[in-house]
Amino acid sequence: MMSKRVLDIWVGAFVLAGLVSIMFLALRVANQSTFALAAGDTYRVQARFDNIGGLKVRAPVKSAGVLVGRVAGIRFDNESFEAVVALELDAAYRFPRDTAAKILTSGLLGEQYIGLAAGGDTVNLNDGDTLKITQSAIVLENLIGQFLYSKAADGDEKKQ
Amino acid sequence: MMARGLLDLLAALGARVNGAVVRLGFASRFFLAVLAGSGTSLRRLPLTIREIYFAGVLSLVIIVVSALFVGMVLGLQGYDTLVRYGSAEALGTLVALSLTRELGPVLAALLFASRAGSAITAEIGLMKTTEQLSAMEMMAVDPIARIVGPRFWGGVISMPLLAAIFTLVGIFGGYLIGVVLIGLDPGSFWSQMQGSVELREDIVNGLIKAFVFGVAVTLIAVFEGYDAVPTAEGVSRATTRTVVTSALAILALDFVLTAFMFRGV
Repeated sequence: MMSKRVLDIWVGAFVLAGLVSIMFLALRVANQSTFALAAGDTYRVQARFDNIGGLKVRAPVKSAGVLVGRVAGIRFDNESFEAVVALELDAAYRFPRDTAAKILTSGLLGEQYIGLAAGGDTVNLNDGDTLKITQSAIVLENLIGQFLYSKAADGDEKKQ
Repeated sequence: MMARGLLDLLAALGARVNGAVVRLGFASRFFLAVLAGSGTSLRRLPLTIREIYFAGVLSLVIIVVSALFVGMVLGLQGYDTLVRYGSAEALGTLVALSLTRELGPVLAALLFASRAGSAITAEIGLMKTTEQLSAMEMMAVDPIARIVGPRFWGGVISMPLLAAIFTLVGIFGGYLIGVVLIGLDPGSFWSQMQGSVELREDIVNGLIKAFVFGVAVTLIAVFEGYDAVPTAEGVSRATTRTVVTSALAILALDFVLTAFMFRGV
């Protein structure tokens, strides 16, 4: 039987290795910028869209390409027939009240996210505010439909 | 004659179901007894530390080596698929997400069940066969608090740590193949990974999974040992049953936990 001291050293080293692995996973593998979001230091704003396309809960909210928050919830408003998207933004980032929200796609086949374009108002957004200027997701079928329609219109003009 | 055979069949079926229900009841009672006795086993920390050594430290070699190979295979296969869609940079995401969410906890638990779970069952079963457990009861030492409790807690503490080490080494294996061998850009490998792995969603949920598997595997192992028929054959059958039941429990629990955790709303 090995001495108690050696046993303790091995077990201590093992537990330490496990904890270091967890720390490494938390700090290096996971996204650091979501720490503030995980800690709950956030504020919520709403945005209304005619069509959200394939946007999902927890999709990123980016401004100038930087992650500033996450989509916290999506629901359907049965009065205005719009999608109401709740955005959870990191409290470290403040935006003017007339900030615009667009639903964008990262890459050709990538996930959909919300892009915020800051406006020029001097008053900042507060918890519970609603973004006034929004732009819906681009739905590929609609785009192709428009393209074909305009092509057909072009063809008609040329014939005349 | 025919009716007789059918009746026998029914009786055998009924006896099996009865036996299974009785065993389940005994297992639940046993679990409560282990929890009730765990105050004693946690107070006598040296006993638990010894079991962490046997269950955790001695499993490290197989965990680290398998994790390295699993990570390297993920790297090779993931690259092979991703490069067809021109998104080889997403390899870091693929390796890290599959390891933190599924492969890390599940494979670590399967290895843990076959490496440590079987050893626990064999040890307790042999103690029962050689009547050491009865001897303890004669001396007014509760074998559940003295023998079963430390083994249970040793396994439960070791399992999440082993899963974390497995995940980490696996990601390192993916890094070795992706960045060192294939030559992807290390910056995009890590940043794509960091962009999509969430601390609470992926890493904490993975550790919760590992903890649940740890409880299930160790409980099955100590129970099978305690419940073993006290013969050489009985111990060998109990050891086999530990590995089989644990593997099934891990995979079934993994499905249930995944369905709860990652619904991908």
